[in-house]
Amino acid sequence: MAKKEYAFYPGCSSQLKASASNYLVSTNAMCKSLDIKLTEIPDWNCCGASVGYCEGGELPRIAINARNFAQAETHLPGQDIVATCAACWLGARESKERLDGSAQLMKETNEALAAAGLHYSGGANVRHMVEVLIEDFGYDGLKQPMKKSLEGIKFAGYVGCQTNRPFGIDGESFENPLYLDKMVETFGGEALTTYDQKVTCCGGALAFSEPEKSQKQIRDIVESAYDHGAEMIVTPCPLCQANVEVYQSEINKKQGTKFNMPVLYYSQLMTIAYGGSAKEAGLNGQLIRAEKLEKIAGK
Amino acid sequence: MSNANVQAVARYQNDFLREVEERVEEGHMVKMCMQCGVCAGSCPFGPDWEHSPQKIFMMIRAGKRDEVLGSDSMFMCTSCYSCIVRCPRELPITHIMHGLANYAHRLGLAPKGQPTREFATLFWNNLVKKGRVNELTLTLGHYFTNGLVSGIKTALGMQRIGLGLFLAKRLNPMEIFGGHGVKDLKGFHAIVAKAKEIEDRKKGFTA
Repeated sequence: MAKKEYAFYPGCSSQLKASASNYLVSTNAMCKSLDIKLTEIPDWNCCGASVGYCEGGELPRIAINARNFAQAETHLPGQDIVATCAACWLGARESKERLDGSAQLMKETNEALAAAGLHYSGGANVRHMVEVLIEDFGYDGLKQPMKKSLEGIKFAGYVGCQTNRPFGIDGESFENPLYLDKMVETFGGEALTTYDQKVTCCGGALAFSEPEKSQKQIRDIVESAYDHGAEMIVTPCPLCQANVEVYQSEINKKQGTKFNMPVLYYSQLMTIAYGGSAKEAGLNGQLIRAEKLEKIAGK
Repeated sequence: MSNANVQAVARYQNDFLREVEERVEEGHMVKMCMQCGVCAGSCPFGPDWEHSPQKIFMMIRAGKRDEVLGSDSMFMCTSCYSCIVRCPRELPITHIMHGLANYAHRLGLAPKGQPTREFATLFWNNLVKKGRVNELTLTLGHYFTNGLVSGIKTALGMQRIGLGLFLAKRLNPMEIFGGHGVKDLKGFHAIVAKAKEIEDRKKGFTA
């Protein structure tokens, strides 16, 4: 039997050949080393993301999240729901708190769920993978399966918004959360603790609709990483990862910068530290290759 | 003007604050704002919008209905939640902004052609179609929002990124033929339809 079991909510971007598919690949490898068993919530659906508000409104957004809760409650009773995507976690947890706080909303939500023969009774607990790692394993526990050190690599820990606000990781501050730096240090990497764009917004979904404004944010995030001597950026959020990695070439083209900064997930770092191959860590999914990590993986 | 809007104006007369309290997500918290301005100073897109949340809240109390519901400010929200965590009165500002945007959008008063309004609508419709987001059709749909010629130009400008994502196995051209989705699509659609029906009735959108 696995050490820990969770109801897994992978989210749209992690699916095969989607923008964060390498996040899922590395999460699977990381969980294998930690003896975590993730069981996908059967037939899960999209969380609505933050940008769903405009057309989706309030109840439809909450109802689709409750559909996932109902599925988890029925098929994976007693297991915490764990999301890897910041937006999935936020959308789900926000919905859960609203439902917990309002009997009226719960009634209306169940009226909607009944249209598909489902019912949610309020049981499922919604957590982010990082919470699971830190709270259920702890930094010492995470270190146990470690086989290789990330020594010699300087990481800018870019936490971003939605894994940090409004919920965040218990005991961390909104303005200067330290968990990502601590994770980097746990695996022997150098955390650039003075990196000052740690919690800056990358523009989120507005990277699509307001590219100039968002690319200004992204430029700040990457530039500051360079200024602090970083060789790589590490993040817990798939939208942060995509925006900060993908648009560097656009910014170079428009503004004459020479950005070429790899942007990784914590789960990729951990997979390499646990002795996984570059492929298991999803390093072949980088647009900007993380050569130093590839080298450690090949050792 | 939409029927729903005419009826809302008739129902609430000049009491816009009450209208927001009753019909906008988390609108009952608007009156808690003490006008300190921390939200305005915390917003990453602060320099880009006409009215900060602080201004919007005061305008609501002043009954500036047309100005608030016609403002593009709510659509500048990136959902970073900085305003929420810093607000000394703990107003759920992000949610109120989303709620106001949704209300203005559904009444037909939000600015036409506002890019985030259009993208957000496209996003929701895309996810509802299959129960999961199809990143390819979402992106292409967004590029082609302003017509064929502009769409082709944008898509060509972005083709290097697209090719890079494809080679990194993070984009699948075959998604154009459907892509990922939930199995019980009928059930999913029934839930969304029922939830929308209840919400529309409550917020007066069906008028």
